[in-house]
Amino acid sequence: MKKKFKLEDLDCANCAAKMEESIKKIAGVRDASVSFMTQKMTVEADDERFDEIMKEVVAVCAKVEPDCRILL
Amino acid sequence: MTKKQSRMLGRIVVTFVLYAALLLARQLGALERVPHEAVLCCLYLIPYLLIGYDIIWKAARNIRHGQVFDENFLMMVATFGAFGVREYSEAVAVMLFYQVGELFQSYAVGKSRQSIAEMMDICPEYANLEEDGTLTQVDPDDVEVGSVIVVKPGERIPLDGVVVEGESLIDTAALTGESVPRRAAAGDAVVSGCVNGSGTLKVRTTKEFDDSTVAKILELVENASSKKARVENFITRFAKYYTPVVTIIAAVLAVVPPLVLGGGWREWIETACTFLVISCPCALVISVPLGFFGGIGAASRQGVLVKGSNYLEAIAEVTTIVFDKTGTLTKGEFAVTEILPAQEGGAGFSREELLELAALGESCSNHPIAGSIREAYGRKPDVNRVSDAEELAGHGIRARIDGREVLIGNEKLMAAQGIACTPTAGGTVVYVACEGAYAGAIVIADTVKEGAAEAIAAMKRVGVKKCVMLTGDRREAAEQAAAELGIDEIHAELLPGDKVSEVERLLAEEGEKEKLAFVGDGINDAPVLTRADVGIAMGSMGSDAAIEAADIVLMDDDVRKIAAVVQISRRTLAIVRQNIVFALGVKALILVLAALHLANMWGGVFADVGVSVLAILNAMRTLRMRNLRV
Repeated sequence: MKKKFKLEDLDCANCAAKMEESIKKIAGVRDASVSFMTQKMTVEADDERFDEIMKEVVAVCAKVEPDCRILL
Repeated sequence: MTKKQSRMLGRIVVTFVLYAALLLARQLGALERVPHEAVLCCLYLIPYLLIGYDIIWKAARNIRHGQVFDENFLMMVATFGAFGVREYSEAVAVMLFYQVGELFQSYAVGKSRQSIAEMMDICPEYANLEEDGTLTQVDPDDVEVGSVIVVKPGERIPLDGVVVEGESLIDTAALTGESVPRRAAAGDAVVSGCVNGSGTLKVRTTKEFDDSTVAKILELVENASSKKARVENFITRFAKYYTPVVTIIAAVLAVVPPLVLGGGWREWIETACTFLVISCPCALVISVPLGFFGGIGAASRQGVLVKGSNYLEAIAEVTTIVFDKTGTLTKGEFAVTEILPAQEGGAGFSREELLELAALGESCSNHPIAGSIREAYGRKPDVNRVSDAEELAGHGIRARIDGREVLIGNEKLMAAQGIACTPTAGGTVVYVACEGAYAGAIVIADTVKEGAAEAIAAMKRVGVKKCVMLTGDRREAAEQAAAELGIDEIHAELLPGDKVSEVERLLAEEGEKEKLAFVGDGINDAPVLTRADVGIAMGSMGSDAAIEAADIVLMDDDVRKIAAVVQISRRTLAIVRQNIVFALGVKALILVLAALHLANMWGGVFADVGVSVLAILNAMRTLRMRNLRV
C-alpha cells in the first residue's frame, strides 16, 4: 500500500533527507520519499502492518526533526 | 510571511538593535570601563540568548535523540567556542546571521512553493449538479458518471464530459499553456480544469472525479518531487559525509597544532569554530531540489508535465528521439493531399472536375476514403446525377454519372479494365477513369501535424542528433512524411511488437551519456514508453495507459514543446550545477583560508549562510523561465 501524508513545519532540506533515509530502514517499508519542496511524505509498506509501521515512522521522524508533524 | 517567520523577524530586529548598541559602546570605549570580564560576557549573552535560545534548545534535544552532527549542534558548539576564546562579538554575529539566513531560506522556499501552487491552482472546488431541473452545489467527488452538470461562465469545469447544451469558448491555458480559447458546443468533449468563457454549458460527465484529467494532473505533479534526480541523491549522500568529516577536522585542528607547535590555543580554537560553521550542509542540500522544483514548474506552465526530477535530468541528455508516426507527427486523419488530372491523352478534366467526379462516384460509399474525398469536395454531392453505382470489392466503384460510365478505384481496377494509368506514389491513390479513358488520380494521405516539421528542426537545434520514425504504415507513405518532416531514419510496416525491438536496438546503439526518448500517442505504445529512457506521451489524445506509462506528458499534444522542455531541463541543470560548484568551491576556499588563519568566523558565516542565500536566489531563477523560444 502506498500512502501520502502532509508534513507540517518541515524546515530544513537536510532533515528531510535524513528522515527519508531513516524511514527506509524501518522493517516492512518498501519505499519512502520525503519531499522538502511539497512538504509531503510518501510511504509504501506492507498492507497488513501499515498502521504499525506508520507508528514507527512517526517515532523516527520525531527523533530526526521533532518540530515536524505528520498529519495522519 | 507566516506567524513563525514574523516572530523570527522580530527577534532578529531586536537582537540587531542590541548588538549594534554594544558595538557602538565598544567603539566609544565605554566597554573598557566594564569592571569584570564576566560582566562583559553577560552583556553579550543577552543578544546571544535572545537570538539563539531555540538553537541551543534544539541542539540539546537532538543530542538526546542521538542526532549529533546536526546544524543546531554545530552552531551551538561554534558559538560556545567563540565565547570560550572571548570573541563575544563574533559569537553573537554568527548566530544572528545564521538566523537571518534561515529566515530568508524559509521565506524563499515558501514563496516558490506558493508560486507553483498557484500555477497548479486548477482544482475545481464544486460542481453544479442538475437533478430534476434544480441545481445543487456538490463536491466534484460525489458526481456520478452520466450526471448532468452546469458550468456557468467563468467557472472551472469540474469533471470531464461531453457538452449536451450551450456553446462557449473555453480557456485551456492552465492545462496546456495555450492562450487561444477553444470553442465548445453540443457534442464536444470538454476537459476538467479548463475555465469556461462566456456561455453557460450543460455537460454530461463521462468520468468520475478521480479519473478526471484534473485529478490525474494534480496527482502527477505532486508525485513529481518524490522521484529524485541523480544530482539530488548525490548531494544528500555527499552531505552525509561532509559534515562529520569537517567536524572531525575541526576537532583535530583545535587540539593537535597547539600541542605540536606549542601554544596558540586561542587561534586554533577559533579556526575550529570557523570550520564548524562551514560544515553546515544546508546550502547544498536546499538549492538542488529547489532548482528542480522550479524547472518542473516552468515546464508545467508550458503545458508539459514532467513526472520527476530524474526525467527532467534525463531529457537534457537526449540525443535520439523516436517518434510514433500516426497521431504524433501526423494527425491520424486521412485527407486529400493531391489532385492530379491526367496530363496528355487523357479525358482532359480540370482538378475541380476530377474531384467532383470522384465525389459523386463515392457519394454512396461509406469507405473512409470516400469520406475524405467528399470532405475535400466540400459540397453535398448531387445524388440525382449518379445512377447504377456498384461497389467492386477490393477494386473500387463503378457508377454512371450524368450518363457517362465512371470507374473509381485502385491500380488493380484500372489494370482489370485495361485502362493505362500514370502510377503515382505516396499515400493511398485513387484512380479515376471516364468512358474508358484515364481521367486522373487523387492522393489521400495522413496529413502531417502543423508544427511537426518545425518541432523536428527545433529539436535538432537543441542538440538532438537523430530523429527516428516508427510506423506500421506502408513504406511509401512513411517515406513521404519523413521527407516532409526532416526525419533521419524510418522503420515502416512494423507490427506493434516490432516497435519495442526497434527501440531496444536503438538503445543498444547509444553512447554512455546519450539518452533516447520515445514520443507516442499511446495507442499500443505503453510498452515502448516504459522501455525508452524518457517516454513522452500525448496528453489530450493519449490513452490513460500511455499517460500512466509515460515520464513526460504533453498536455496539448504539441510536439514543438519537446524542444522547449529540453531547454528548460538544460537550464535547470546548469543552475543546479552552478549552485553545487559555487557552494562547494566557496566552502573549500574558506576552509583552506581558515586553516591558514586567513579567514575568521565572518568568512565562515559567509560560506554557510551567504552561500545558501545566493544559491537559493540562483535556484529561484528556474521559476522565471517562461516563453522559451527555440
